[in-house]
Amino acid sequence: MAKQLAFYYDQSVCTGCKACQVACKDDNDLSSGIIWRRVVEINGGDWIKQGATWGQNIFTYHLSLSCNHCEEGICLEVCPTGAMHKREDGVVLIDEDKCIGCRYCEWACPYEAPQYNDDKGKMSKCDFCYNYIDEGLPPACVAACPMRALDFGELSELQAKYGLVDNIYPMPDPSLTKPAIVITPHADAALAGAEGVSIGNVEEI
Amino acid sequence: MEDKGFLSNAVKGVELNRRSFLKWNAALGGAAALATGGLTASQMALKAAAAGAETVVPTSCAHNCGGRCRILVHVQDGVIKRLTTDDRPDTLEDPQLRACQRGRSYRQRVYHTDRLKYPLKRVGKRGDGQYERISWDEAIATVAEAMQRIKDEYGPEAFINHYASGADGMQGAGTSSRLLNLFGGALNEYGSYSAACWEYMLPRVLGTFTTANSRDDWKNSKLIVMFGYNPMEMVGGTNTMYYLKQAKQAGAKVIVIDPRQSMTAVWADEWIPIHPGTDVALIAALAYVMISEGLHDQEFLDTYTSGFDDAHLPEGIPNGNSYKSYVMGDQDDQPKTPEWAEAITGVSRERIVRLARELALTKPAAIYQGWGGQRRAYGEQFVHAGITLAAMTGNIGISGGSAGTGGMTSRYLPTGSLGVPNPIKLAISTFTWTDAIVRGTEMGAADGVEGLADGQETLPYNIKFIYNNAGNALINQHGDINKTKEILADDSLVEFIVTHEQFMTPSAKFSDIILPATTWMETESMTTSWVMGDTVYYMNKVIEPLFECKPDFEICALIADQLGLGDQYRDGKETHEDWIREWTAGLKDVDPTFDFDTFKANGVHVVLYDKPAIGLSEFRADPEANALSTPSGKIEIFCQAKWAADDPVEIPAVASYIPEWEGPQSDLVAQYPLQIQGHHFHARSHSTYDNIEWLRESMPQRLFMNPVDADARGIEDGDKVRIFNDRGEVIIPVRVTKRIMPGVLDLPQGAWYDPDENGIDRAGCINVLTSHHPTPFAKGTSQHTNLVEVEKA
Repeated sequence: MAKQLAFYYDQSVCTGCKACQVACKDDNDLSSGIIWRRVVEINGGDWIKQGATWGQNIFTYHLSLSCNHCEEGICLEVCPTGAMHKREDGVVLIDEDKCIGCRYCEWACPYEAPQYNDDKGKMSKCDFCYNYIDEGLPPACVAACPMRALDFGELSELQAKYGLVDNIYPMPDPSLTKPAIVITPHADAALAGAEGVSIGNVEEI
Repeated sequence: MEDKGFLSNAVKGVELNRRSFLKWNAALGGAAALATGGLTASQMALKAAAAGAETVVPTSCAHNCGGRCRILVHVQDGVIKRLTTDDRPDTLEDPQLRACQRGRSYRQRVYHTDRLKYPLKRVGKRGDGQYERISWDEAIATVAEAMQRIKDEYGPEAFINHYASGADGMQGAGTSSRLLNLFGGALNEYGSYSAACWEYMLPRVLGTFTTANSRDDWKNSKLIVMFGYNPMEMVGGTNTMYYLKQAKQAGAKVIVIDPRQSMTAVWADEWIPIHPGTDVALIAALAYVMISEGLHDQEFLDTYTSGFDDAHLPEGIPNGNSYKSYVMGDQDDQPKTPEWAEAITGVSRERIVRLARELALTKPAAIYQGWGGQRRAYGEQFVHAGITLAAMTGNIGISGGSAGTGGMTSRYLPTGSLGVPNPIKLAISTFTWTDAIVRGTEMGAADGVEGLADGQETLPYNIKFIYNNAGNALINQHGDINKTKEILADDSLVEFIVTHEQFMTPSAKFSDIILPATTWMETESMTTSWVMGDTVYYMNKVIEPLFECKPDFEICALIADQLGLGDQYRDGKETHEDWIREWTAGLKDVDPTFDFDTFKANGVHVVLYDKPAIGLSEFRADPEANALSTPSGKIEIFCQAKWAADDPVEIPAVASYIPEWEGPQSDLVAQYPLQIQGHHFHARSHSTYDNIEWLRESMPQRLFMNPVDADARGIEDGDKVRIFNDRGEVIIPVRVTKRIMPGVLDLPQGAWYDPDENGIDRAGCINVLTSHHPTPFAKGTSQHTNLVEVEKA
């Protein structure tokens, strides 16, 4: 049994297509407004008038992000009922029988991974498709990616293979929760806390 | 904690639309479709699988994007529970055919509350959208009677099977084409909305439409330069981006030239913004640099092309008419220098010089041109210029190169169709169909009419009957919606319009009879990978037809019965499978491993080749023995067909830059200073999928505008803005983004036109702003050539 399952994300080849997002929504019957795996667009650079033409150094990259099943998830600490719990393999799950929909986890999580389900009055979030994992199958998002940019595995193994990057803007300081994610960064990717970059698709996430 | 941007700064304050999943799922009514009891779909599916109740049906999503992807539908108790995609082993030689977000959202389309449920008859004025439910018997009889009456009164030339690309195989326009052709024929249409200038120019310049290298060759390119090519968003072939990924990983540099930083450009190594409609000027300047510095491939040009320089013009053509003469300014005293092009294109002279050297000195290099660049005022020149550039760099007919690339690969799978010969030989260019309604009897060769008999000057009739089967080009996808509406609303012009549809689209609202059609999940069909790819799909039936919906083939067969043509229509076949068996019989000749029963069971067959297909490689190997079927037998850099058109201003014989009729150099710019185009949106396949909630959430319709233009108008991100010109008006929220160049707007094409009580479109349908003006030579669409102004609404 793995100790901490994690997602791997090759940001350098991601096109931002959102097949992961919609595959997740279909698999989990998510109504509009609940997006367990979001794809953020980040822009930087500027247009500069140069004589007759406009010069530019515009860059754009995407960040596909779900719950990071953090090693030290704040959601686990703030949940008053113990509904938020961690499996032996590190997957963080919500026990709907115990969840009272107080939304503390949503407020506390720096990734806002937990999202409130109006229809049920409960919190919801990425469950790593644990039911597939248990059957030896990949999570829906991983199986969906047309660019093969997503993968999953034991965190320590992914880190050994791909490195330690887990802090691409607009992600928060990873020391807050120790997210279980390994990213191969886009060539233009800025790190957490960087200036001069901004989210370009606010209404989509 | 300042940096919690992802959440606090971004997500908060955004009004989320929490429309319930139950709302659309309730369309089914039955308890099986409802309440998941706290379990996720995957949990339910696994439970069901454990109980042996779930079945998985392989099929393919086949609307008119460039892809055809594998879809596995998980069904329980006759209800679709979820979709997955290709689960075959994923290898570089035979990669999984993974679906994009559109295909993955299909459950919402099948079970949409707005599905048309019954046949409908128009009761109000045409276009008002007033309908009443009728029986299938009445609907079929009404259509058959109208067909008979209009044929008797006018003749088959008054019919068109309207351009419609929403379905294929046993579905869509092919089913009604068969019906009309058996009934006596219909006016033909040539040239598509997609690629009219490619289709017209490639045979005249390269002698063939199959010019592209297959994608397994792309990794052999050292440099890939894309003019407006955006395979990521339009999905130019399943896995096309995956092949580009491999090319990039093998060391190719990828440059995208586009007014907008498309999602392909985002992903590429470099984006070069360019003013819309000026690629031909850029290419002329690239040619100027190459000629001045002696970097062009003179040997290739001498051997394989006609009309690059005056020494190689066809006989009888005066000196000064070659491409080199044009570039050096021999006739107009305007050498096409980087300085000249900089002012037109917005690309700096330094970048032009550098790009010319990169392209000329990096071997092999591939030039890919998208189709968007030729859906413009002088689309023919765009096509011609790209081929000219590929020839000047000697990259045609070789591995890692490209022939200018709007064409198909020669590796096309031989499969059958429902087609039968059309007894009528007359044809119009597709884009001119509204003209043929109003003034068909005045339209002759100068208007692009083909197939006129000796002594016949014009079409004999205006269009009186339209069969619109799986299409939204009656209103939504054609130019100038307000003008088109006026034409169609007058039922003394077109006397009868019948539509097959799944939803009340803007086009369906202009029909006299609407027949509710099944989606591909409710019937059996087949499809093939499109421009790119080596795949055939058996589209298995997943669920029974919903409501009173019928498959397109059955609908047309019922009409054929009424007209006494039923036996001919069905051709002795009892099932869709019988047809598909016949259509795929030839595949065994291409691939001996093809087996029909396995094909049906798997829903897919991929033909694997041991080497890539290289477009025009035979011509390259031996240009004498394998001469092209052009007048010169060579690549026509000087195009004799264009010369014969005798219109040097709008149809110059070599690829020449012509300022667009609505562009920065036109007088109209004083009133309407912004250029607007409509790219293929990743959340739709043309207009299909526009009503899907998951996709509207994923990528909502917005006007894309540069901060420079927004600031000048006091517009902020998210504001509702008014976009207008003399043809119409749209109000929609704006996305202020640096990803588009100043002076240019983009409104993704395909949103369903939705006028308010003042006739202002609220959906963001770009065709309210586009025109009916055809390109001069191919008579294709110019729907990306428009000027507008924008203000805060």
